[in-house]
Amino acid sequence: MEQQELIPHLFRTEFRKIAAVLCKVFGIEHIGIAEDIASETFLSALETWPYKGIPANPAAWLYAVAKNKAKNWIGRNTLFTGKIAGEIKYSSSGIQEIDIDLSDKSFIDSQLQMLFAICHPAISKEAQIGLSLRILCGFGIEEIANALLTNKETINKRLFRAKQTLRLEKVKIEFPPEIEIDQRLETVLTTLYLLFNEGYYSESHDTVLREDLCQEAIRLAYLLIENEQTIQPSVNALLSLMCFQSSRFRARKNENADIVLYQDQDESLWDRELISKGAYFLHMASKGTQISKYHLEAGIAYWHTIKDDTKEKWEKVLQLFNQLLQIEYSPIAALNRTYVLSKVNGKPGAIVEAEKLKLSTNHFYFTLLGELYEDVDNEKAKEHFKKALSLAKTQADKHIIQKKINEL
Amino acid sequence: MEEFALIMRHEDGEKVASPEQIQIWMKQTMDWIGGIAAQNKFSGGTGLPFKDSKVVGSNKVVTNGPFGEIKETIGGFIIVKADSIDEAVEFAKGCPVLQGEGNSVEVRKVAKGAAPH
Repeated sequence: MEQQELIPHLFRTEFRKIAAVLCKVFGIEHIGIAEDIASETFLSALETWPYKGIPANPAAWLYAVAKNKAKNWIGRNTLFTGKIAGEIKYSSSGIQEIDIDLSDKSFIDSQLQMLFAICHPAISKEAQIGLSLRILCGFGIEEIANALLTNKETINKRLFRAKQTLRLEKVKIEFPPEIEIDQRLETVLTTLYLLFNEGYYSESHDTVLREDLCQEAIRLAYLLIENEQTIQPSVNALLSLMCFQSSRFRARKNENADIVLYQDQDESLWDRELISKGAYFLHMASKGTQISKYHLEAGIAYWHTIKDDTKEKWEKVLQLFNQLLQIEYSPIAALNRTYVLSKVNGKPGAIVEAEKLKLSTNHFYFTLLGELYEDVDNEKAKEHFKKALSLAKTQADKHIIQKKINEL
Repeated sequence: MEEFALIMRHEDGEKVASPEQIQIWMKQTMDWIGGIAAQNKFSGGTGLPFKDSKVVGSNKVVTNGPFGEIKETIGGFIIVKADSIDEAVEFAKGCPVLQGEGNSVEVRKVAKGAAPH
């Protein structure tokens, strides 16, 4: 690997490792220090490698440097003796013997525990996503800002406040006790779900970055699958959903980065391997009695991997939407359900149902009405599309709606 | 926003229907509830199977099923959110149970703060 690619690659895989392990050693109140040491370690590499050559084992080099920096910080930090010494294994013979274990197992354990710590109910969802990207995925602040379509200052502020909350709440970096697991796991799954959606539905034109976000969400879900205590049906269902959705990643945007709607997608671009993985995890998810919203969404996503326009398909999807809406209402699910209803019962019946939704500030609502009125009453269809156009916020959405109007 | 119970009454709950007919009713019921849920107006509810049902009389005599002297039985209920009883009645009008002659849906307001006291 060329050096130009090596550093970003190592950064992505090793930053999160060093940050998670050090944070575990120092405690959550020093999360900023763990992060700084991880950053400084890479700075050292940048200062050294160009002149002395890239070491034979770059990761080992980074660990050695990170360990030294950690020990130095501990030595310098007077707080340590009073505050942290008691909490970590630390022998009286000196700080040299402090145990900073950067093995894979220690990394996986630290990441899982950090995942639970970061997905703490006291922290806002937005901040959980930001912190996860920073600490668990090793994203730079600028990358996070790009991915979430905001600026560096906002992200910095958001992360700063979140770290402060973690400190104030004295959140422990540990696996939650067994009785709390289900409840805490739910928060973790919500965060992973949102993290994935940020990548999947992001307006950001940086395709690589968006795909990275989705892959990171998948990687973290795998961590939960590989752990005995957290491998639960809902986790399998979420992973299944993510696999099905990602399978269409390449087909969803054309060379101009415009969104390609589902019905216009080139099926040969769908990733068959991910589809079969999705089916496998959905099967694993069925081994239980509980049905989560992820089960239903994965079921819907499964039917979308079959492109044939059969009545059976739309009927199944309709029932899944009916159930999903009973568990958790969302405007987008309500709109999608009504679209599916038109596939099952025809447009006139769906129009009646659509008009009951009254989501009159939502441009998707008017896009749906426009679609339903198409060929039924084209004048009304046009009216609705125009209303949608006036409410749409992004260029991509406006572009699609304008195309619909032109086609009428 | 108030909550209303829509109580589905059947003229004759023991009537035997074909699996195909049951399938159709089930789909209609699920679509009806889905339509209410799509408006974010669904609160909960359940079907009440006739099988294994008992009636306990005031003399503590237990009889099988709700179908003794009374012919009409409750098949289930759902709770909806609505601004007025009229809105709740509109939901009730969509109930597939009403296709059966003699069947009805009773609309009742749920008492607020209905915690046990």
